[in-house]
Amino acid sequence: MNNHSAISKLLKVLPNDDILQQCIHCGMCLSNCPTYDLTKLERSSPRGRIRMIRSVARGEMELSKLFAEEMNFCLDCQACETACPAGVKYGRMVEAARVLVDESGFTPKIYLFLKRFALRKIIASKLTLKIVSRLFWIYQKLALNKFLRKTGLLKLFSKKLYEIEKLSPIISNQFSDSLIKEEELPEGEIIFNTAFHFGCLMNTMFADINVDTIKVLKKLGCKVITPKAQVCCGSLMAHNGDIEFALKLARKNIDTFIKYDYDYLISNSAGCGAFMKDYAHLLEDDPLYAEKAKIFSSKVKDVTEFLSAEINLLKSKFKESYELDAITYHDACHLVHSQKISIQPRQIIKSIPGIKFIELEEATWCCGSAGIYNIIRYDDALLQLQRKIKNIRNTGAKIVLTGNPGCIGQIKYGAEKFNLNIEVLHPVSYIKKLLE
Amino acid sequence: MDALVKNKLKSIVGSENFYDSYEDRLVYSYDGTPIFNQIPEAVLFPEDEEQISQIVRLANQEKFGIVPRGSGTGLSGGSIPTDNSIVLVLTKWNKILEIDNSNLTVTVQPGVITGVLQKEVEKIGLFYPPDPGSLNVCTIGGNVANNAGGLRGLKYGVTKNYVLGVEMILPDGRFLRTGGKNMKDVAGYNLRDFIVGSEGTLGIITKVLLKLIPKPAKSITILAFFDKLIDSAKAVSEIIAAKITPAMMEFLDNTTINCVEDYTKIGLPRNIDALLLIEVDGKGSEVQDDAETIKFILKKNNATNIQVALDESQANILKSARRSAFSALARKKPTTILEDATVPRSELPLMIEKIINASKMFDVIIGNFGHAGDGNLHPTALTDERDPKELDKVHRAFDYIFDEAIKLGGTITGEHGTGLAKKQFLEKVTGPVGIDIMMRIKKAIDLNNILNPGKIFSISPKCEGSLPNKREHIANFNE
Repeated sequence: MNNHSAISKLLKVLPNDDILQQCIHCGMCLSNCPTYDLTKLERSSPRGRIRMIRSVARGEMELSKLFAEEMNFCLDCQACETACPAGVKYGRMVEAARVLVDESGFTPKIYLFLKRFALRKIIASKLTLKIVSRLFWIYQKLALNKFLRKTGLLKLFSKKLYEIEKLSPIISNQFSDSLIKEEELPEGEIIFNTAFHFGCLMNTMFADINVDTIKVLKKLGCKVITPKAQVCCGSLMAHNGDIEFALKLARKNIDTFIKYDYDYLISNSAGCGAFMKDYAHLLEDDPLYAEKAKIFSSKVKDVTEFLSAEINLLKSKFKESYELDAITYHDACHLVHSQKISIQPRQIIKSIPGIKFIELEEATWCCGSAGIYNIIRYDDALLQLQRKIKNIRNTGAKIVLTGNPGCIGQIKYGAEKFNLNIEVLHPVSYIKKLLE
Repeated sequence: MDALVKNKLKSIVGSENFYDSYEDRLVYSYDGTPIFNQIPEAVLFPEDEEQISQIVRLANQEKFGIVPRGSGTGLSGGSIPTDNSIVLVLTKWNKILEIDNSNLTVTVQPGVITGVLQKEVEKIGLFYPPDPGSLNVCTIGGNVANNAGGLRGLKYGVTKNYVLGVEMILPDGRFLRTGGKNMKDVAGYNLRDFIVGSEGTLGIITKVLLKLIPKPAKSITILAFFDKLIDSAKAVSEIIAAKITPAMMEFLDNTTINCVEDYTKIGLPRNIDALLLIEVDGKGSEVQDDAETIKFILKKNNATNIQVALDESQANILKSARRSAFSALARKKPTTILEDATVPRSELPLMIEKIINASKMFDVIIGNFGHAGDGNLHPTALTDERDPKELDKVHRAFDYIFDEAIKLGGTITGEHGTGLAKKQFLEKVTGPVGIDIMMRIKKAIDLNNILNPGKIFSISPKCEGSLPNKREHIANFNE
């Protein structure tokens, strides 16, 4: 009985019946779902998962291991949302279902530990993240990683751990928040008033991309404010069933940025941008924050979104022509599916004089990175990565551009694992090189 | 279904192809059809013809139903389980077996996705025209079983016009191959065409041989807006009367336009009453000439704006926007009930009026769109299945629409099939003799009524609920 009432209390995290009823099970999502493509089982499809969630919500089906497994098997890439003409918000449903699964003890302890401890205590805390990153940096600098890889020492413990260790990106020598001043001014006149969110992983592992972003923005006449007090956006926590904690971070960010005067809040991480644009929705029932969140979200722009809106200005900064290698573009899920940004980055790339752009087959298919999916579900992620690398290989391109740190890390790892000689860059880093 | 039978099934397909958890049965309890659903006893993924044949023989012994299924996008409930049935899923049979360049044919397994097949043959300059709205998801097996239509039906016909041969397992477990690569073949009854559109009630399709045609060299796509719905219908009639056969001539009303625009954001005006999406294709100057004539007719019929797609990608954006219409309408209300009443093309303007009448008379929101060129409309009721009163209004509106369509010489379904959703209306179209012959055929071929039972029509004795299938299930007379 107790258990029963506990479950029914938990069920409240699921979206209400009107939202669950919105799926008309037409099946248009099936061909876009990476997990359905693998198993060809309806329960691994968005349509099947929604039906299961609805049945659980209505008390017609009990929570089960199989249910939990399918919710965690989902990459949450949201390709189905792009494919869904009815506008079903699948991502929200599956994320809510993950909360349910975690709370009711169906998620393996080790994953839960990773999700909770690593995300809450390390990623979300700037200081801890920096300390951990620094330790990791030392480990990498001492070439311990190469030693471990060469000797295969980790293999003794677990073959998977040995592989996962290689997924860890190289820690930047210096973190970007120490390189970027709180207020950066362009050389000439100020044309745009912008603010910058430096992210958590971007700050410690992809610091150079952050620095490149600032440089490009300044070239275009942006004054860039980068408040030191900002925190992680919270997206990794929310996507992994810890929405409450994510909202705490959201409020903190809103309180931080509200003190400054800016027109655009630039993000160069697809996942962060998508999530910060969603603050408005997530906090709509919070009387204290609803209005502030709306304003905050309305100003968030992915850096490619911003650059493409100012495409003529950008073009004027390029040289007349460049000698360039063939290039392709991979759509990060959180750009193309969550933010519907796919034309903009291509427009920027194509505007570069002398560019050889080759469209990537299945460019919008998830690379398997998917937040921390490639760590907690290494084998499943690898299958998606294999497919991505095969498509990249077919383009013959020497450079892959993509707008999300997770994808950059994942594709770099895949290129090494499957012997593909390519450079993986954020579009903004590529542009920075051209503008120099 | 008792465990003994389940074990027998498991030993036929292997435990890795047998699913009977509640979760798995739940997610095969529906297809693309609203309202109807039923949980099957088990879900099976057979690997070859022999396994299917054994399953069918077992079904005859143990008296359970078999519901064949592709991607489950059907709109008449054809792949929804019925009482005491198992679902046989064929999506893993997805190989293109042969493309024959000399005979212009392609041989496929039934689980091949229609859109994938099209892309594959187009790479070598060939063309498979049937293009149902769900072409990126639906399977050829499902298309053949339902004689699926699509946008290009007007000029290129429907699935049956491209099926040259079918292989299948019959309801008694025997294997049948009918048809072949001959362009002409009049040996005996035409079993092949008879199988097309049989909705899985006469056999389980295991292989399909399809005809291909050369890909049209050129196409022009035209978009026209109208302030008055009736003007668009008149334009359609006039284009056909001018002896032009466009590859497609699609119509969307205001409700549909707004929903499609909400989804695609391609800039369709929200205040117009109707739009037409027309494509002409072919070779040489003829295509341009036809396009000019069409533009002239559109203008004459008060089109407020006429646009021509600049290139193929723009044309494709417009066409996929149109294909999203049905699902996009779901943005308005929780349940969308899509029908496909079809009338002779000359009656189109009248039929559109009748649908508007129905909407007013029964107080139901109806979005209307469809293949205007071949008289195949998709009046779609926007409602909420959780409210019985709302559903009742919808049913009455559709009763009226079907009756009016039949009065105009039309039919209750142009391309979705009868399945579960429309079987109560079937006799209105076929008449008592027609339905009697159909039922006799079914009984002759499927003695024990095991293949997709309860679809198209109910085999007597008619009763509410399921029949007891075991002696112990029969209640005592005194109880």
